[in-house]
Amino acid sequence: MIAGAFFGGRGWYKFSRNRLSLFGLFLVISFILMALLAPWITPYPQHAESFIDFANANQPPSAKYMFGTDLIGRDVFSRVLFGYRISLRLSIIVLAIAVPLGVIPGLLAGYYGGWWETITMRIVDVFLAVPSLVMALIVVGLVGSSLTNAMLAIAFFWWPWYTRLLYNITRQLKNEGYVTAAQVVGASHWHILIKEILPNCVPSLLTKMTLDMSFVILVAASLGFLGLGVRAPTPELGSMIAEGANYLPAMWWLPVFAGLGILIAVLGFNLVGDGLRDLLDVEV
Amino acid sequence: MLRRYIIRRSIAALITLFGVSVLIFFLARVMPGDPAMIALGETATLEQIANYRERLGLNEPLLVQYVVYITSVIHGDLGDSLYTHGAVLDDLAHTFPATLELILFSTVLMITIGIPLGVLAGRFRDGFIDNFTRVFSLLGVVTPSFVWALFLMLVFAFYLDVLPAQGRLSEGVEPPAFVTGLYLVDSIVAGDWATFRDASAHIVMPGTALAMASVGQTTRMTRANVGESFDKTYIEFARAYGFKGFRTAAVYALRPALIPVLTIMGLDIAIKFGSAFLVETVFSWPGMARYGVQVILFKDLNAIVGTVTIIGFFFIVINLIVDIVVSFVDPRIRLGALAQ
Repeated sequence: MIAGAFFGGRGWYKFSRNRLSLFGLFLVISFILMALLAPWITPYPQHAESFIDFANANQPPSAKYMFGTDLIGRDVFSRVLFGYRISLRLSIIVLAIAVPLGVIPGLLAGYYGGWWETITMRIVDVFLAVPSLVMALIVVGLVGSSLTNAMLAIAFFWWPWYTRLLYNITRQLKNEGYVTAAQVVGASHWHILIKEILPNCVPSLLTKMTLDMSFVILVAASLGFLGLGVRAPTPELGSMIAEGANYLPAMWWLPVFAGLGILIAVLGFNLVGDGLRDLLDVEV
Repeated sequence: MLRRYIIRRSIAALITLFGVSVLIFFLARVMPGDPAMIALGETATLEQIANYRERLGLNEPLLVQYVVYITSVIHGDLGDSLYTHGAVLDDLAHTFPATLELILFSTVLMITIGIPLGVLAGRFRDGFIDNFTRVFSLLGVVTPSFVWALFLMLVFAFYLDVLPAQGRLSEGVEPPAFVTGLYLVDSIVAGDWATFRDASAHIVMPGTALAMASVGQTTRMTRANVGESFDKTYIEFARAYGFKGFRTAAVYALRPALIPVLTIMGLDIAIKFGSAFLVETVFSWPGMARYGVQVILFKDLNAIVGTVTIIGFFFIVINLIVDIVVSFVDPRIRLGALAQ
């Protein structure tokens, strides 16, 4: 059904009528391509790690260094593109953990109701009462900053959104005619959950995941900005902004270009997510 | 009816609050890393660590530790901070008003900019105002708060040099006499306009940086809802009665559109607290969020637990109030909740 919505002519036609969604798709594809191809398309791939060239440190943007250089002479453009690799990997892994973790209890809570619903949704309320950024900060602060810890910490506080979403949808769907019909012919609960209800949650899930790609990138950059994300010398957009922020207004190009880098990625996923929401007509 | 609804929601809020305390407590205890070792540093001898554990009751079973902890929280004791060496509750009491002022200021911006813009855009759909609003609100939502903060700082503090970049007041300016802890309010109460001007100049940039995302969100939401209610028959009816455009927009289309915005405002508080961690760091705003960042970097467990408890408490109370206000505006909600 989803494939139909995308690749069947009508879905794509509807999606492509919205110029903003198309622009978003262009940004997302560019972002993914730049992330994947960074080692081959950046002018100075060796600058992604602990490369030092004091002779060229703190250079403003020029023909040689499009986005300028950082404190120890590394090309900011190359590092932004390598930063994209980190952002992409991180957000995909976070969602790969958080989505199943949230979907399963949400399905069960919406379908079975009763005490399981009460307990699950109370736990969700508790998790949502404290900003996930703050919780992730604390976990990384206590366990130590690294890419893996940042991913696990964000994922651990991201699943409740999916539980809540799936709970709301399932609660509505379980009263639909086809679910009742399946129950009448004696289908197992398992069959109904997996074959009847879950497929109908996919449009909402997909939209939410697209939008969340942008929010996870934001949270990860925020961790990096506060020095609790990925460790140096790995290029990370948030920590690059923080490095430049200490030398404002002199080193304006670091926050400006790394900031634009985040903006492009986040904007792209946001626009595509909005387009999907209109196309699939779902609420998330 | 309304009273029963309020009682039910309050009980649910209390349970959530209890859950938050459990979550934070166990998170702080279960995390790898011995709290005693963290507190005493890596040079501490085994004997010192054993003494410290004994003194703080860290050798008791977790459940006992939790009961001790929650009892002292109820008595208003959040323990001592390793970072400031003072009582955590005092630290939070000193820093909370600054954060509250920032969040209230940005909420005011969110309402006074977001809602009118959204109504305008919804009224003149696909016109110039609508397109401008769309881009503006999108940029608000997708730009991280700390990027807004640095961008504003670069432009208004460094290039134009019209706004101060750091803190709540200029050096040499005395804070107004304590009434609410909010400098804007307290300076008005004291009738001290010089301080009021100074405090306003300081809060503009951090407040705006914090507000951008929610202004964008509110605008988009109001636009969508107002746009929808313009298609409803009661708007046509109002028009048929000869009410002018402004009145139909402001009164009949806006009221039903406000309910989701109110709900968002409650949930938005959590996001604002999160963003405040970044914005306060950028502007050296002496609030609770910056304190939070510092104690996290210092691994100061008592202060971390205290800060999160206050944030969770504040979030739950605000949402309780929002729910009650919403049910006041829209009786279907409280009746629906009771019918369940």
